[in-house]
Amino acid sequence: MANTELTSKTATPLTRSVDGFKRALNSDLFYSFKHSPVTIVAMAVTLLIIFTSVFANLVAPHNPFDVATMNLLDSELPPVWAEMGDPKYLLGTDNLGRDVFSTILYGSRVSLFVGFTSVVLSMVIGIALGLIAGYKGGLIDAFIMRVAEIQLSFPTILVALLINGVMRGVLPPSQHAELAVLVLVLSIGLSNWVQFARTVRASTLVERNKEYVLAARLIGVKPLFIMIRHVLPNVMGPILVIATLGLASAVLTEATLSFLGVGVPPTEPSLGTLINVGSDYLFSGSWWITIFPGAALAILVLAVNLVGDWLRDALNPKLR
Amino acid sequence: MFKFIAGRLVQSIFVMLFVGAIAFTLFQFVGDPVEQMVGQDTTQAERDELRERLGLNDPLIVQFARFAGNMATGDFGFSYQHKRPVSQLIAERLPATMELAGLSIILALMVGIPLGVYTGLHRYGVASKVIMTLSLIGVSLPTFLIGILFIYLFSVILGWLPSFGRGEVVNLGGWTTGFLTLSGWKAIILPAITLALFQMTLVMRLVRAEMLEVMRTDYIKFARARGISNRAVQFRHALKNTLVPVITIIGLQLGTVIAFAIITETVFQWPGMGRLFLQGIRAVDIPIMSAYLVMIAFFFVIINLIVDILYYVVDPRLRVDRAGGAN
Amino acid sequence: MALLNIQDMRIEFPSRQGTVEAVKGISLEVNGGEIVGVVGESGAGKSTIGNAVIGLLEAPGRMTGGEVSLHGERIDNLPFQTLQKIRGRKIGMIFQDPLTSLNPLFTVGQQLVETVRTHIDMSESEARKRAIEMLEEVGIDDAENRVDQYPHQFSGGMRQRVVIALALCAEPDLVIADEPTTALDVSIQAQILDLIRNLCKTRNVGVIIITHDMGVIAEITDRVAVMYRGKIVELGETAQVLGRPEHPYTKSLMAAVPRSDVKLDRFPRVTYSDGEVKQSQHIDLKSHWLGENRNTYTNTEGPLVRCENISMRFTSRYSLIPSWRQYFNAVDDVSFDIKRGEIFGVVGESGSGKSTIARMISGLYTPSKGKIYFDGTSVSDLKTDKELDPFRRQIQMIFQDPYSSLNPRMRVFDVIAEPIRHHRLAESKDQIAQIVEDLLEHVELGRAAAWKYPHEFSGGQRQRISIARALATRPRFLICDEPTSALDVSIQAQILNLLKDLQQALGLTMLFISHDLPVIRQMCDRVAVMQYGKLVEVAETEALFTNPQQDYTKRLLELMPTLNFEAAV
Repeated sequence: MANTELTSKTATPLTRSVDGFKRALNSDLFYSFKHSPVTIVAMAVTLLIIFTSVFANLVAPHNPFDVATMNLLDSELPPVWAEMGDPKYLLGTDNLGRDVFSTILYGSRVSLFVGFTSVVLSMVIGIALGLIAGYKGGLIDAFIMRVAEIQLSFPTILVALLINGVMRGVLPPSQHAELAVLVLVLSIGLSNWVQFARTVRASTLVERNKEYVLAARLIGVKPLFIMIRHVLPNVMGPILVIATLGLASAVLTEATLSFLGVGVPPTEPSLGTLINVGSDYLFSGSWWITIFPGAALAILVLAVNLVGDWLRDALNPKLR
Repeated sequence: MFKFIAGRLVQSIFVMLFVGAIAFTLFQFVGDPVEQMVGQDTTQAERDELRERLGLNDPLIVQFARFAGNMATGDFGFSYQHKRPVSQLIAERLPATMELAGLSIILALMVGIPLGVYTGLHRYGVASKVIMTLSLIGVSLPTFLIGILFIYLFSVILGWLPSFGRGEVVNLGGWTTGFLTLSGWKAIILPAITLALFQMTLVMRLVRAEMLEVMRTDYIKFARARGISNRAVQFRHALKNTLVPVITIIGLQLGTVIAFAIITETVFQWPGMGRLFLQGIRAVDIPIMSAYLVMIAFFFVIINLIVDILYYVVDPRLRVDRAGGAN
Repeated sequence: MALLNIQDMRIEFPSRQGTVEAVKGISLEVNGGEIVGVVGESGAGKSTIGNAVIGLLEAPGRMTGGEVSLHGERIDNLPFQTLQKIRGRKIGMIFQDPLTSLNPLFTVGQQLVETVRTHIDMSESEARKRAIEMLEEVGIDDAENRVDQYPHQFSGGMRQRVVIALALCAEPDLVIADEPTTALDVSIQAQILDLIRNLCKTRNVGVIIITHDMGVIAEITDRVAVMYRGKIVELGETAQVLGRPEHPYTKSLMAAVPRSDVKLDRFPRVTYSDGEVKQSQHIDLKSHWLGENRNTYTNTEGPLVRCENISMRFTSRYSLIPSWRQYFNAVDDVSFDIKRGEIFGVVGESGSGKSTIARMISGLYTPSKGKIYFDGTSVSDLKTDKELDPFRRQIQMIFQDPYSSLNPRMRVFDVIAEPIRHHRLAESKDQIAQIVEDLLEHVELGRAAAWKYPHEFSGGQRQRISIARALATRPRFLICDEPTSALDVSIQAQILNLLKDLQQALGLTMLFISHDLPVIRQMCDRVAVMQYGKLVEVAETEALFTNPQQDYTKRLLELMPTLNFEAAV
């Protein structure tokens, strides 16, 4: 924390960081990670998907958005192993002749981007409001938590749809496509803060009455400082869990909104958009256009959920 | 008891007013209702006259009071898109959504609670681990994808069940039901299961967590130490204690199911409120959006009231603490 | 033949760091109508014995050796079904916390009837009659009506009576009571112990009482087994073991128990220990930075702290409508002075308002009514940080729970340095480091402790860190709120000695809050007795103990457990 430069006076920085690394390797968390093969696989899959989608332009065999390379003659080709498959297109092509594998890579990038940014948004709002509500109490607390309760009774997807609808009403139609991603991030982010706020508040209420916080108050440490320096580090565990599980649910919400036609436009598709577009071709037998993006989405969400689930159990001292 | 119910009612009214205020704000700041109702060639004078007639020049507070009054009497205004009263549109579609949601929640609870209890009691069993893994997959598969897969499998490949619509319906004094015809039943199977799956996994996981929590308490340990049989410990002592939080969950789920119906209804082209709402969003049809919002809030308030009264029945601690002392 | 015979019992807990042997081969016999105490400090392995006897060891713990026989028949290797018939029917169990031992959703009667009918072939109405009789036997008035009430309608002491009724209702031959009175106030503790003793004698039931409290052992047991690190180090007649202990551990343990009969200058040092003993250097406090500011306060007139008619009212139920609100007076119109340089004790049972007083004086709570003066200034009227900071520096507090009083995410260094940095008491970072290290040396933890996190320390060590943190602002006034009630007696003795030394060396004034009368007697110069938020009596300690004026004080003193065995250590 604030004393890093100070601590280095009594012990060299090198031994201290080695010390910290050893501590991490020896921690209960890492131990439980090592002994959970499912989690190791899930973590690896998550990292792999994140990596390939971030570097989609390097990894993908084709650039699906380059009109020059698109060939309508290649449209609706089945995957390689099917009878009509073309070795150029691993997972087949869609109705416009785009490589399905490449669109999935680019689509995951959009999905993950929306997921991450909206989780960060809900996290920032949720933590701030939760800390204030929990630490201050009284009327502010009552107000914030009532609003949260009301919002919580409306499922995320509905709130996101509403916010989405309102913003589309406010913005001029010409900008809908340009601002679609922003609108999505805002609507998902604003619909998910409650979880964070409630958890942070509940933990803050517990921590606030612990004697170490009383001790800090006795010293005269200011409330804002107490919240940031004392309370926040102690509620990071549950926040991390919610953020991980929240990433999975944000990716799902994004896909759902895009599927419902109020998300990312087909010009720059996310996984949800791909599934939506592809589902029209399901009846004509071109199942790969929708099934593969669907599988990619499911694997991504499942992997993140598995990591989040493990984290929750590993950080819950009661379950040990 | 009276104080308790009265307090809850006051809270409910606050919630409705709050949601009503949001719905009202939608009207105020998103789009101009006059613009939506008139054609291109309407003159400015005609527009002004319409504005005056609609009361849009009154003070805000007067407008809000009128708005709340209308809402309370079921008058949600005209849909911009359909040019018909919203209340009519909703009345037509309400039965479809209620039947779908009702069947799903029953499915979800009937499967979810027993599985939750089972996995909670046999935490380290093989069956529990399989069920838990399956449930995680269930949570990770988006509802619409499951719907699509169902359609592909049961309608396209196998051709057993219809992929859209409600089938034949019977009109019972304004309430259209699909439960009286074979095609109606066939049509509801896929959407109901699709909608139930996600809720089922949620219910199951929550019941399980609650069960694990209760099994760790001192009074369970004490009951065991008194030689009470395993059956009685699990199904009398533990289950009753998990009931309180489970009631809350079920209450919350009811609301969720109705909203999640939006997705299911879209996938299966089910003629319910959810689709109406979604079309409303796409077309920025404010009266439909706000009507739906108020309706859902109303459901939520009613369900919450029932949940609170159930708490009261189940938990003796509340009976004394909240009613102000029985002894 | 003995009722219960434990032969060479061994219990292991496999864990990540390796297997911990909690019980290392103990043997113990209990006869009908006999009360046997098992006493030891935390970690001695005493609680696992009780659980192992009835087969309720919590996973991953397991019995790895030895035999348990009841009436001469082995019971430790029985199948689950047979064991279940023994639980409740042959062996009853009483747990520590009556608030959590009863199922909140069933009436007391339902739980009794269920237990009776599980073991004895009886009709519902017969079982109900039995339940009412049982409640009467454990001293619950109006049992006819109360049998249909829920647990939350009973007070803590009454609930423990219900728990005892539940343990005895199927007429077991043996009862194992695991810390049955630890969660209760002194006055209720005495009643419950009486009840257990009477029931044991009239029903000829064998009882094992597991406890850390020497007072309980002295009060009720016939024989006692002293446990230390998984072994029984001494076993014999209670009077014999407590009066003339032979094993060095028992001796040191007895020495550490605060005496209620006479005031000693210091607690005798507990000498017996397997563990490593840290040699640390004490600093000369008077010439050190810590003692530097002793002469800066020149005012010596009047008391250091004066409380004038202070009251504290909490809202127990909030409502928008004022007349529906309910309040609770934690402290009601209390006045007293604390003189410069004295240790002022406040004693009372739970709910008497003693901790609330501590928090009001420390500034954590603002009194609803009345004023608190510190060194002549009314601190209750100060508002801004600038006005308050000088007083915050002078008033520090040591809390009760060593496990929650240190931020688990901060290194010990930062914990202790925080007040120094906040009040800018040091000129340089080097000086802060120097002060922190000196403080740690002085509280006998050693300077290396600075780079560790709180979870790496035991309860007593953490309390030392708390003391170091409190000293870091160079306070004049130290509030100790039950500083040792969460600690073992041997650790308690060390911490109390440390506090006493510091008080003398630094000339501190101290407010010492405790529910434990012997501790108060050893520590304090003057004592205030509190009950239900009101001040009952204030007197010099010796006067209070030898000649109490008020009825409540007299009663408290009578209930105080005594260890008066002739040849005490």
